[in-house]
Amino acid sequence: MEWIGVSIVNKKNNEVLLEIKGLHKKYGETTVLEDINLSICKGEVIVILGPSGCGKSTLLRCLNGLEKIQRGDIIFRNKSLVNDDVDWQEIRQHIGMVFQNYELFPHMTVIENIILGPIKVQKRNGKEVMEQAMQLLDRVGLLDRKDSYPRQLSGGQKQRVAIVRALCMNPEIMLFDEVTASLDPEMVREVLDVMQGLAKQGMTMVVVTHEMSFARAVADRIVFIDKGRICEIAEPHEFFTNPKTERAQHFLNKFQY
Amino acid sequence: MQSLGISVLFKGMNMQRLFEGLMVTVRIAFISIVVSSLLGIVLGVIWTSKSKWLRLVCRVYLEMFRIIPILVWLFVMYFGVTTALNIDISGELVSIIVFSLWGTAEMGDIVRGALESLPKHQIDSGKAIGLSPWGLYRYILIPQAVKRMLPAAINLATRMVKTTSLVVLIGVIDVTKVGQQIIERSRIEVPTASFWVYGFVFILYFIICYPLSSISKRLENKWNG
Repeated sequence: MEWIGVSIVNKKNNEVLLEIKGLHKKYGETTVLEDINLSICKGEVIVILGPSGCGKSTLLRCLNGLEKIQRGDIIFRNKSLVNDDVDWQEIRQHIGMVFQNYELFPHMTVIENIILGPIKVQKRNGKEVMEQAMQLLDRVGLLDRKDSYPRQLSGGQKQRVAIVRALCMNPEIMLFDEVTASLDPEMVREVLDVMQGLAKQGMTMVVVTHEMSFARAVADRIVFIDKGRICEIAEPHEFFTNPKTERAQHFLNKFQY
Repeated sequence: MQSLGISVLFKGMNMQRLFEGLMVTVRIAFISIVVSSLLGIVLGVIWTSKSKWLRLVCRVYLEMFRIIPILVWLFVMYFGVTTALNIDISGELVSIIVFSLWGTAEMGDIVRGALESLPKHQIDSGKAIGLSPWGLYRYILIPQAVKRMLPAAINLATRMVKTTSLVVLIGVIDVTKVGQQIIERSRIEVPTASFWVYGFVFILYFIICYPLSSISKRLENKWNG
């Protein structure tokens, strides 16, 4: 089944969608990210790996303006996102983000959660948005829950709704911040399946995760970050079988019994 | 005889006057509560701003009403400000102004507390779908805050209704004052008048305040159900 609103992209044309140049991020005196450089092409799936607290999530939050950066540049669709006059409300409509704690709006039903952005922010036609929302919900197998409230859903269901909510804005890139980290193990699969489907369809994605086999399956490139720096960028097969840096080897060892 | 006592309520215009007094109480309380609710939300939102100075101003405003008794506020406004500015406004209007100012301060504090109690990632999630700060408050934060603050807000409303009995001291004839007048006039003929009249006033206050608590309970159940 197709993802409505997700256009299939030919990955081979190598058109750069998002570029990070020499990004530095500090909280007070503590440097969290240092000299991050990364180009993300249209349709590419980047998986960011690294130990807890290495700055992966912060990097993702910088990309959609939830965190300010101190130095460097982020270029999205050939425009810098670092000026003071950047209209983040406009940019964020093109950069979808899903969080670890599936933050649905608890006072709204599933369908209201999904159509809020498209209708109130993008001012799109109600009927058309509704149709898209229904199709997306159907795609993640939750059409029958459209009038439920978030508290009536399981963690995995909430997270799938959160993904649909982001998708319904027709973003050009999706950021996933450890979206399976707070789920019960048996629910991880249903969420990863949805993400894999999206990746296959050609959605540009930046994924922070601890699910190694998932990373291996969907990533076009793995970015390994440790202590706020990019240590290694490699294709998944390469990274998992033959990591070049000692830190990456050390990191991968921790995931093996 | 007690059967004679209760008749004091129905003598002459007494019942009608009591209800006229009640209307004064209700009018002052109702207008003040509505104004306080609206301005309180505005104040609460301003209070959560990042500016230290704005927060300080809000704090000082609230403390002025917490520290200084409402009665003193009524006196200052009714006798002080009106003579100082040489304006003539009715005791009822002064009461509405003072109660609105007080209610706004308290309601602002309640709204602030409710807004701050919301999880931070609600803000992130709202921003992530491109909501403006206004949209964030309008669709995400205020609706959730209203639910959380409902018990405290209703409590404030009933407190305001009860505190309106102070307005007699600046010459407003509210239900309590009417009761007092009736008692004073009929004390000789009906020695138990104070029991019956104040007892009736007691019931009238209950009739105004009880629906407020029951509405809040019903809304809470509906929202949690």
